[in-house]
Amino acid sequence: MNKPFATVLESATSLQNKTGSWKTVRPEYVNRLPPCNVTCPAGENIQQWLSLAQEGKFFEAWKVVMQNNPFPAVMGRACYHTCEQTCNRGRFDGAVNINLLERSIGDLAITNNWEIEEIGTATGKKVLVIGAGPSCLSAAYFLRKYGHEVTVYERHLEPGGMMRYGVPPYRLPRWVINAEIRRIINTGVKLYCNKRVQNIKNEMRNFDAIYIATGAHVPAKIDVEISGKTNIFDAIDLFKKLEDSRGENTFELGKKVLVYGGGNTAIDAARTALRLGAENVKIIYRRTLEKMPAHDTEIQEALQEGIEVLCLRCISMIDGKKILLDKMDYDAENNLLSKNGDSEVIAADSVIFAVGQFIDSDLFRNVEGLVISEKELLEVDKNMMTGLRGVFAGGDVTPGKRTITDAIGHGKKSAKCIDAYLRGIEVAPNVKTEVANFKKINTSYFKKIEPLKVKKFDDLSFEEKDISLPKEKIISEARRCFSCGNCFHCDNCYGYCPDNAIGKSRDGTLTFNYEYCKGCGICSCECPCGAIKMVSQID
Amino acid sequence: MTSLTIGNRLDDQDAAEQSKYDRHNSLTSGHRACQGCGEALAARCVIDAAHRVTGGNIAVVNATGCLEVFSCVYPENSWRVPWLHSLFGNTAAVATGVASAFALAGSKDTRVIAQGGDGSTFDIGLGCLSGMFDRNDDVLYVCYDNQAYMNTGVQRSSATPVFARTATTLPTKGYMGNSIGTGKNVPAIAMAHGIPYVATASIANIRDLEEKISKAILLRGSRYVHVHVPCPLGWGYPPSETIRMARMAVECGLFPLFEAENGVLVGSTPVDNPKPVDDYLRIQRRFAHLFGKNASPDSIEALQQIASRNIEKYRLSGELSHE
Ligand SMILES: Cc1ncc(C[n+]2csc(CCOP(=O)(O)OP(=O)(O)O)c2C)c(N)n1
Ligand code: SF4
Ligand SMILES: [Mg+2]
Repeated sequence: MNKPFATVLESATSLQNKTGSWKTVRPEYVNRLPPCNVTCPAGENIQQWLSLAQEGKFFEAWKVVMQNNPFPAVMGRACYHTCEQTCNRGRFDGAVNINLLERSIGDLAITNNWEIEEIGTATGKKVLVIGAGPSCLSAAYFLRKYGHEVTVYERHLEPGGMMRYGVPPYRLPRWVINAEIRRIINTGVKLYCNKRVQNIKNEMRNFDAIYIATGAHVPAKIDVEISGKTNIFDAIDLFKKLEDSRGENTFELGKKVLVYGGGNTAIDAARTALRLGAENVKIIYRRTLEKMPAHDTEIQEALQEGIEVLCLRCISMIDGKKILLDKMDYDAENNLLSKNGDSEVIAADSVIFAVGQFIDSDLFRNVEGLVISEKELLEVDKNMMTGLRGVFAGGDVTPGKRTITDAIGHGKKSAKCIDAYLRGIEVAPNVKTEVANFKKINTSYFKKIEPLKVKKFDDLSFEEKDISLPKEKIISEARRCFSCGNCFHCDNCYGYCPDNAIGKSRDGTLTFNYEYCKGCGICSCECPCGAIKMVSQID
Repeated sequence: MTSLTIGNRLDDQDAAEQSKYDRHNSLTSGHRACQGCGEALAARCVIDAAHRVTGGNIAVVNATGCLEVFSCVYPENSWRVPWLHSLFGNTAAVATGVASAFALAGSKDTRVIAQGGDGSTFDIGLGCLSGMFDRNDDVLYVCYDNQAYMNTGVQRSSATPVFARTATTLPTKGYMGNSIGTGKNVPAIAMAHGIPYVATASIANIRDLEEKISKAILLRGSRYVHVHVPCPLGWGYPPSETIRMARMAVECGLFPLFEAENGVLVGSTPVDNPKPVDDYLRIQRRFAHLFGKNASPDSIEALQQIASRNIEKYRLSGELSHE
């Protein structure tokens, strides 16, 4: 070959120099768990459906919600959205309004009659679900998806459980509950209402497995001296009567109403009282406002409606319209004590008790194998199975947080366990995935955007205010999501790699080329959402 | 996704050249730049952008320095464009010659880029550069400023920031590193020549860098673009932090981003709520002595003043912004 002067070697490209040998750490694309998903009691893959909503793929987004929760429109209203409390965006410019997005997508599904398409191949196994509350219906839905035959027995006249009898209609309109239940029934669930199971053991002969989630409908009683003619209600009875009377106001609550308790039920009762015509509603709570178990957003909404909260007080006596309140305080060891002799009397036309609910244990007593704990709850093992083989339980009858979302989560988990039981296989363990916390987000790549704030209530009616978002707003609010822990194809890694060690195909797929990657870690550092992990090469 | 990233799956319009699957990769893999080299990244971005808008009709002349050394190790070469290396100090003059040759040969559409480090641009090559500006020769000159002579072991250049430690400005008792009151400002010198286009850019803002190059390459006459390129080895920070370093320099005002036409400032990128220089300095070993036990708040204050003056001088508070 005729080479120019003084050159000995063939000219070549540096591609023959494999700089990949320099590295001690190597980048890998990972899927980390977004904090919203971690906190969702139903185990929703929130980030994934937000990502589809960002692209305007609402049906696909809805299908992703439905993989873990068959009640998007219900949850978009009645869920206490703990996801928003942990949303990484909250530490930047305000959490993504996940709750409202879920509601809007849920409503789109209802208006467009979207149905569930995938039902598993029939297994021939029969499962009985006792109760038709959120946990039961969730279990029924997932069991159908696994291909089992499902029968539901409900003792009330209508299905829905606490969704219907525990959440007032201004927070959760009945057409929403009905629509989402109908969709579950349409998967082939056999629902029988007004049917009370008498004997579990008998039912075991007809079914291969049973799921019990009969809830906690029995109001707790506390020691209060009552004399004179007094209007006293239990919150849960009030809700039920209101529901059975189809919203007709047959109650004579009077103008001044006291609600006793500090949970979400107390808040719902107080706001219901306002809507039933009470003019002055006060919540009496033993501890301080900060200790109130009710969710903060609920408390704030109640305060905005003009409800007063009297903290550190106990009702000790009710004498006609005179209510005696003992003042409470904390001692040096932080124990709650009543301040001896320090009390006040206030006037009220009615008192509503919202001090907790117990389970109706009649069905379980004397059934060999079923164990009722000291806390009056049905005991289950880690796979939601009671002491009776093949009988599972979840929701409010078992230990848990007692929210509708937790109930749905229990239903989903139980269905998975029941399915494993029916197939005679081990329950697949949940894989532990690293969480994409705020430190993993590179916020340099995001503009601050005002979070979407929507006023949920205008007036004191039982009608719900229509706040579901139009499509453009769903897209823009969903686009505030950081996509924590999951690649959203921003191409930062591809664009910033000084060594072209990341390849991009026409369809946008990115792949590391370890032959040239020197392991500098820029891609991982500049990944806006923590989806690239540096892994040691030396083991 | 509303984000300031290089690409965006939701918006193709807004994507940078560097996010395109078919970008040219003018500086290909296998080059011997250190891990996390800012200069290697900047050079690929610059030449890719020029390659795109000219349809590949470019020729590049390169000064001696890291960029030349790591991309061209006999017999290998990393360049996927016509590329020429001559000496440390004569790049501008060689580029002038190349441009004239193309003109004489009738390829007026071929655009010539000269590129080099801060050492070759600010120091040994400044005479040739000034001559090129003076004659308004048809060349785009790109300076990759890593603020020292990195290739020969981190010696001071006249682009080295005050108080920085380099191999030739080692802080000792009573000496805080590179002396205050020294150094020069080549973008300002270029502007003083009244050439058609002068701009500064940063690898922390690749879209802006690409826009400036795409504009400059199509102009005629002398153009000068100055790119800030952090160097992990010379500055003393982990290689993964290169982009962060560049970003912080911009966010505190120490590296202003602006554009000038015919010697007049025409636009700058606003710095919203400038960050204190401390954050930027503290993470670099070359400034560690400003924070150690012989720490000197005065020196940090002096650097803060430089940043604050930049903010005023280049109107980074927003009035000239072209965002
Ligand atoms: C006339 C001459 N003097 C000295 C050198 C040695 N030398 C090669 S590169 C270099 C420094 C380059 O610094 P800079 O231009 O800032 O580029 P960097 O390596 O930092 O990218 C020096 C001094 C040389 N090649 N030629
Ligand atoms: S930026 Fe490039 S070289 Fe650096 S770790 Fe990532 S892939 Fe490797
Ligand atoms: Mg240099």
